[in-house]
Parts: sequence; C-alpha cells; structure tokens
Amino acid sequence: MSPTASTSTPTTPVPINERTVLALSNVTKSYPGTPPVHAIRGLDLDIRAGELVAIVGPSGSGKSTLLHVIGTLDRATSGTVSVAGYDVDDLNDKQLSSLRSRHIGFVFQQFFLLAGETALDNVADGLLYTGMALSHRRVLAKQALDQVGLAHRMSHEATKLSGGERQRVAIARALIGSPDIILADEPTGNLDSKSGEDVVRLIENLNADGTTIVVITHDHEIAARFPRRVSLLDGRIVEDTRLVETGGMQ
Amino acid sequence: MNVSLEPSRLAPADMMRASLIGLRTRRLRSILSGLGIVIGIAAMVGVLGLSESSKSDLLAQLDQLGTNMLRIEAGSGIGIGTGELPEDSTAMVSRVGPVEQVASISEVESSVYRTDLVPEGQTGGITVKAVDANLLATLQGQMASGIFLDEAASDLPVVVLGSVAAERLGVTDGAGGTVVWLGNEWFSVVGVMDTLDLSPDLDRAALVSYSTAEEFLDHDGVPSTIYVRSDPDDIDAVRSVLPATVNPENPDEVEVTRPSDALEAKEAADQAFTNLLLGLGAVALLVGGVGIANVMVISVLERRGEIGLRRALGATKGHISIQFLGESLILATLGGLGGVALGSAVTAAYAWSQGWDVLIPTVAVVGGLSAALIIGVVAGLYPAMRAARVSPTEALRTL
Ligand SMILES: Nc1ncnc2c1ncn2[C@@H]1O[C@H](COP(=O)(O)OP(=O)(O)O)[C@@H](O)[C@H]1O
Ligand SMILES: [Mg+2]
Repeated sequence: MSPTASTSTPTTPVPINERTVLALSNVTKSYPGTPPVHAIRGLDLDIRAGELVAIVGPSGSGKSTLLHVIGTLDRATSGTVSVAGYDVDDLNDKQLSSLRSRHIGFVFQQFFLLAGETALDNVADGLLYTGMALSHRRVLAKQALDQVGLAHRMSHEATKLSGGERQRVAIARALIGSPDIILADEPTGNLDSKSGEDVVRLIENLNADGTTIVVITHDHEIAARFPRRVSLLDGRIVEDTRLVETGGMQ
Repeated sequence: MNVSLEPSRLAPADMMRASLIGLRTRRLRSILSGLGIVIGIAAMVGVLGLSESSKSDLLAQLDQLGTNMLRIEAGSGIGIGTGELPEDSTAMVSRVGPVEQVASISEVESSVYRTDLVPEGQTGGITVKAVDANLLATLQGQMASGIFLDEAASDLPVVVLGSVAAERLGVTDGAGGTVVWLGNEWFSVVGVMDTLDLSPDLDRAALVSYSTAEEFLDHDGVPSTIYVRSDPDDIDAVRSVLPATVNPENPDEVEVTRPSDALEAKEAADQAFTNLLLGLGAVALLVGGVGIANVMVISVLERRGEIGLRRALGATKGHISIQFLGESLILATLGGLGGVALGSAVTAAYAWSQGWDVLIPTVAVVGGLSAALIIGVVAGLYPAMRAARVSPTEALRTL
C-alpha cells in the first residue's frame, strides 16, 4: 500500500489498488454568460480502484458539475481528465459515449427508471448501449438485482416500487457490467431516512466487494462514514481526508 | 495508455424496443396521433379501390355490351331535319359491308296506360315505339321475364316493356299475361326487358312490332333511330360512311353516335372526382404527419430525463435520434397499416353492396404504406433532431 497524495495517512477498510481509475489535473469548468459562472476552479483529484469517496459541499459548490465532468457528460473548460485510463481530451463524443457505456455507472437522485419496464429490464438497460443481446443482459441483470437484494422484485414494474427499492434498482443498473467507477449524485436525496440508510449501507457493501464508488452528497453524516471525504466550496477542494480506521492496517 | 475503445452499439432489437417505449407508455396519445394517417391512407386506398372496382365493373360491362354498336338518329339541331330518317334507311344500312346487324326503332304517336280508366295524358313518361324483332339481339339486351317480340306474334296486340315502363305500369311478371291499355286497345304484355345500359331510353318504352303498330295503331313505320352492329375492326369506317348511306342528299342531318362512348365519358368524370378525393386524402395525410410531429416534439420535451439517462448509459446522439425517428416511423407505419385495412374494408363492403368485383389495387396499398413511411420519417426528423440536441447535463439536473 502506497499512500496517495492526501492530507492524512491513508488507511482504508479494503485494500486500495494501485490502479488509478480517475485523475483530474487542474480542471476548471466555466459556464459562459455575463458574468461567466466558474463552477469548478482548478481542481486536482485522484481516485484509485476500490475507493469509496464522498464529495461534500453546500448547494452550488460545483458537486454536480464535477460529477458531470468526471462522468464525461460534459467537458472541462481546461485541465486534463482521465477516466479508466482514457484521456478524455483524446476522445470524440462517440468515444465518450462508449466510455460511459462500458466503464462508468451512474446513479441519480431522481432514479430515472423507465416506466412500463420491469425492474429486470431497467437493470439490463445498464448495458443497453454495449450492443449485448437482451438475453445475455438479463442474465447479468439478475445477478446485479441479487447483489442489491431485489431478486424477488425482478418482474415488478420498476417505477411502481418503493423509493428505496427504486434507488436500489438504479444502483443495480449502474453496477451491471462491473464498470470501473460508479458515480452517484445525491443518491439518498429523494429517500426517507430509513431507505436512505439502506442505500448507504448497500453502497458500503458494494465497495467492500471491490467496486469503486464516488458519492456526491450534501449530507455530512453520510460523508463522515465513508473512507474518503472530499469537501468542495466554490468550485475548489477545501479538504480531502481519508478515514484512519482504528485497528486497521496502518 | 489508451487501448482502443469499442464504439457504443445498440442492437437492432433493442432499437426497436426503445422506439416502442413511447407508444407503450403513452398509448391513447399515440393512437390519436396516428389517426390522421389512418384516415388519410384509408381515404386514398378506399378511393383508389372503389374507382378501380367500379372501373373493372364498367370494363366488364363494356366488354359484355360491346363497343361495336352505333346509333343512327335524325339530326336534332335547330332548323335541321324532321326527326325522322328516310324510309329505306334500314335497308341501305344493311348493305354496308362490315355491318352485321341492323335494327330500327320508330316513334309511335300513342300512349300506354295501366287500364282504360287512367285519364289521358298520365303516361308516366312512357313512350310507345315500333321496333324490329332483332332489336334485343342487336342491343345484346336480356329479358327479365317473358319473351321479346318474335315473328310469330308480329301482328297480334302484344307489347314488351322496358324495365322502368314495367315498374310504372305495375307489371312485375312479363310472362303473367297482364294487359295494358295501349292506343284504344288492350295489349297483352309478353315480356319485360332488363335494364339496357347502352340505350336507357328503351327502359321507359313500350315496344310493339312494326306490323302490330301498323295494324292497331295506324303507324307509318318511318324509323327514327337505327342501331347497327359492325365488325369491330371496321367500326370507324362504318361510322364515317353511315350518314351518306342513310341520307345521301343531306348527310348532315344524320347523327351517328357510339353509345359506349357515353359510359366511357362517365368513367372519365368519375376519374376527376377520384382525383379530388385523392387530393383530400393527401391533405388528411399531411395533417396526420403534422399531428405526429407535434406529439413527438411534446414527447421529447417530456422525456428529457429519459434522454439524459440514455446519454449517461452510453447512447450517442445518433442513438437518441434514431429512437425518436423510429417511434415516429412506427406510429406512421401502424397508421398506414390501419389505413390500408380500413380503406380495404370500406372498398370491399361498398363493392360488395354494388355487386362489383372487389379490387384493391396494389399501387394503393404499396403507395399508401410508402406514403406513411415517408411521412413518418419527415414528421420524425425534427423531433429526433431536437432529442439528439438535448444536453444530457441539463436533462439530468431537472427534477
Ligand atoms: N448550465 C449551467 N449554466 C450556468 N451555470 C450553471 C450551469 N449549471 C450549473 N451552473 C452553476 O454552477 C454552479 C455549480 O452548480 P452545481 O454543480 O449544480 O452545484 P451543486 O451540485 O454543488 O449544487 C452553480 O452556481 C450553478 O448555478
Ligand atoms: Mg447538485
């Protein structure tokens, strides 16, 4: 275990890989306008395979913008972004789509499940744009639903499930195909505290199984539980701490 | 460190499924938006089908009646002629080489009534004519009941009625021995003719033989109309020599017509009406296309979240536009199929009710479906482009 460039001694509950899945270097993002909005102002961030990272900050601090840049849904104004070993600057829009289809999973506050489809098919949609046959995707979707504990809800219409279940379906959809990184934007934002707690625990379990996850939240309580916490304010990282697990490997 | 990145792909079956989502989740709206296409295509298929079916009926009719019949009449213009042909016209016409059959008709100054109690003048528009015994054969007409005037009965007080005349005189069975009051005599009805498509004036006539007319009605026997059957190959030549043959001194006073031309002219008139209806169908299609485009644009706005999600799942702009284009295409195609089915059903029902052969022209079906496809593409283009241009980040921010 070599320490990463951070403010505290790195120790995590699960071993962190050498492999960098995400590297941002001096990234800025400005929205044109008068005056222009500088949502991200010079940001460096390295995330390695197996990490569970909370990005916290007040509303308007640039969290969603950061997630969109990391997720290649939007391009940085300047600086370099590399995801899963690909330098985003080198890729055209089609290649970015491809990168998202195979290497990045998304979870949103609003779930974004497709109405009129079963939970299974919503999860199978996670690999829709890889061109994999539906039958094959359904097999993987079943495993992913199993992982989030919703195998029994497989053939229910996804949008008719409870909020917590819907978010777990969305997490399964992000999980399917084992992407290099899962990005979650306020995944508990629309949930009651009980369901929110279930979702956070699920995220922790998935990470324990080796999945790299970045969770955006304005909830400091949740952020505090995660092994690594990156605090944003006005588009800048003001704090990047790794939890020192007492009694863990030092 | 970049390894090559396989492009994102959407399997054809999945493309279809994606395009069907809008239709499955917004069923009523989809049906309503496809209705314009259904009506437009149905109108076009129906119009073409009906015109084709009626045309085939007409052709069959022409085929049966023949186009080799000519009708000779005394000219009826102002200041010309007496309304009568020269007395020996029939004999003269028979001598023309290619002429195969000749039958003449002569107007009789008399009236026919159901009984002798009917006040004079109430003829119901029924005329009395003296005719040759071979008239029915020359016209290729049929008897509805009874027999035509034959040689044997040529000087007895017997009469044959046209279909309308029979109806007006209340004669249902030509063979039933009914009597009618004709001139100042009781005449036996021996037959009722079927409708004669090439000489409708005979439908409203009571026909007697020349000798009967002479004996009982004091008729002079000068013909007013002559029907001629000619060798079909020489019909034009015959037509051109007839005026001079009939009336060598005043050929201008003789009018020669071909009755089948009237049926063809009627068909041409129908064609103009068909074109008008086709135009209306095209307008309905256009409106249907605009309806689909309108519904699709609304759908794109409503489904921004879904579009954002799909982009996050790896869809390219192309995948998004194909999905919405596909949806529009499916809507229009379903509308087209529905329209073809509806139009065919209407055609079949109407043709059946008219006793025509049902003819749904392939060009209508293929043309209707192609039109639907083209409309689907055109109507879907703009919404598809709008969908592709939806910014994923903005779409995903919306709650
Ligand atoms: N499309 C945009 N155009 C202009 N300004 C934007 C746009 N998106 C976000 N912003 C601005 O960028 C800043 C950061 O927003 P955001 O990343 O959504 O923050 P957070 O998710 O932390 O609330 C805010 O000031 C916001 O108003
Ligand atoms: Mg946000």
